[in-house]
Amino acid sequence: MDDLYRDYILEHSRRPHNFGVLESPSAAHEGANPLCGDRITMQLGIRDGLLAEVAFTGRGCAISQASASLLTDEVKGMTVDAAAAYRADDLLELLGIEISPARLKCAMLSLETLDAALADVETARPVTAVPAAPEPES
Amino acid sequence: MTTTTEPTTTPVAKRPTMRRLDPIALRADFPILSAPTHSGHPLVYLDSASSSQKPAVVIDALDRYYREYNANVHRGIYEIGEKATAAYEEARARTARFIGASDPRQVVFTRNATEAINLVSYSWGRRNIGRGDAIVLTEMEHHANLVPWQLLVQEKDGDLEFIPITDDGLLRLDVLDVLLRLKPKLVAFTHVSNTLGTINPVREIVDRAHAAGALVLVDGAQAVPHVPVDVEALGVDFYAFSGHKMLAPMGSGALWARRELLEAMPPFLAGGEMIREVHLRRSEWNELPWKFEAGTPAVGDAIGLGVAADYLRGLGMDAVRVHERELVAYALSELPRLVPDIELYGPLDPDLRGGVVPFNLPGIHPHDVAQVLDRFGIAVRAGHHCTMPLHERLDLAATARASFSVFTTPSDIDALAAGLVEVERIFRA
Repeated sequence: MDDLYRDYILEHSRRPHNFGVLESPSAAHEGANPLCGDRITMQLGIRDGLLAEVAFTGRGCAISQASASLLTDEVKGMTVDAAAAYRADDLLELLGIEISPARLKCAMLSLETLDAALADVETARPVTAVPAAPEPES
Repeated sequence: MTTTTEPTTTPVAKRPTMRRLDPIALRADFPILSAPTHSGHPLVYLDSASSSQKPAVVIDALDRYYREYNANVHRGIYEIGEKATAAYEEARARTARFIGASDPRQVVFTRNATEAINLVSYSWGRRNIGRGDAIVLTEMEHHANLVPWQLLVQEKDGDLEFIPITDDGLLRLDVLDVLLRLKPKLVAFTHVSNTLGTINPVREIVDRAHAAGALVLVDGAQAVPHVPVDVEALGVDFYAFSGHKMLAPMGSGALWARRELLEAMPPFLAGGEMIREVHLRRSEWNELPWKFEAGTPAVGDAIGLGVAADYLRGLGMDAVRVHERELVAYALSELPRLVPDIELYGPLDPDLRGGVVPFNLPGIHPHDVAQVLDRFGIAVRAGHHCTMPLHERLDLAATARASFSVFTTPSDIDALAAGLVEVERIFRA
């Protein structure tokens, strides 16, 4: 028996955390695995260099949706830099299940979409990150 | 004669002499069906539309070639070289016989149906399709019979037109007549849909296309393993198919085409074997079919294809079709009974459908369905089955698909139903 569909994975896929849309996101990205039809839109609300709000919508297999639910829980409150440094291995550890090579793309879609959204933040940074107070944090 | 001994249940039986297939007995011919699985359950292989399993006679033919007479073909003046050449050409003759082709020289070995279609699009297509020329395809094509034509019309500034489908997956032939007024150069379509199982009326489309001056290419990858095929009776101009879906080795396949067409077509791939004479600045092509077989071919795989063709001929393709039609009818009635919320796609009439049953459980992604079924040793395909435009047309992100073969039994479908009940238990808890 595989351990893929553990209770918490099923729970996250049925009732995903952070599922929804932000009113005025700082960055957003839509990612997809065209081969299987998984689709995730990740929205970030960044304040003071922190991922103050993270939300996603999407549809797809249980693994892709549970992964997005767990990942958004995990990165919410992180600094933008820490979230950008979040790796595939970290996500696999967070998922805590053995992912077969065939399902790796399902599990990684959330992180790829997050990375793409963060990249938009990075490129936008010189313009938007000038204001008031972020300095003291680092 | 036989009429008194045979248990004739219906007086309208079309062919009283036709043998019935015994799938349970045939299972012994397929070693993989008794190989251990990681789940501990016996393999319930319901993915023959993706690739078929191979009977022992095919595996043995490969083994014997490599152990006893492995040598290149059309070259060696020595015993095993001559034996390999004879076996390779015998395989061509067997393959020709299997598809009703009277001349084996019109059978070009390829790696698969995809390569066969690419051969036509590159060789015939680049000579015959020009600016503004139309090619008519259908909405249900496998990418293999779509993307090569996209490349061609992009290069030549031609146009693609598509025969639409009805919601239950039948071609809208009324629209074909409209499209034929565009005077297309080619109509290319699948004989049997790999996703919906639809058996298309080849002869009818051929007649209409020819009347409008178009040539016809048929993708037979899902037809040759499941329904009787006679390329000459069908009247097609090109017929492409894969070996690996018809119980033959991976990497085997063929293109059959009308002789005049093959003779007029320039080579596709160039190199050794396909030439008669080579000079530094020019060459002369070999005769058919070798003109289209550049380089050392997959000799063992081709020999295996010939053996598989004979194996299927031995079973009788009429009997194979009757067997699979019964399985389709059984699946279409049993699956909704045992799994009430299952959604089935494709023609509802088993007479119009090959052994392919695509489905979804609402709200459960087909990858999750397939993954849980795998726990019970049940192999189905999940995804878009290389028909993304068809899935778009049906407004589906993906489907799961069960597909049948000569060794499939009703109890395999029972196992699928039981597995789906378990899938629902897990995901609807």
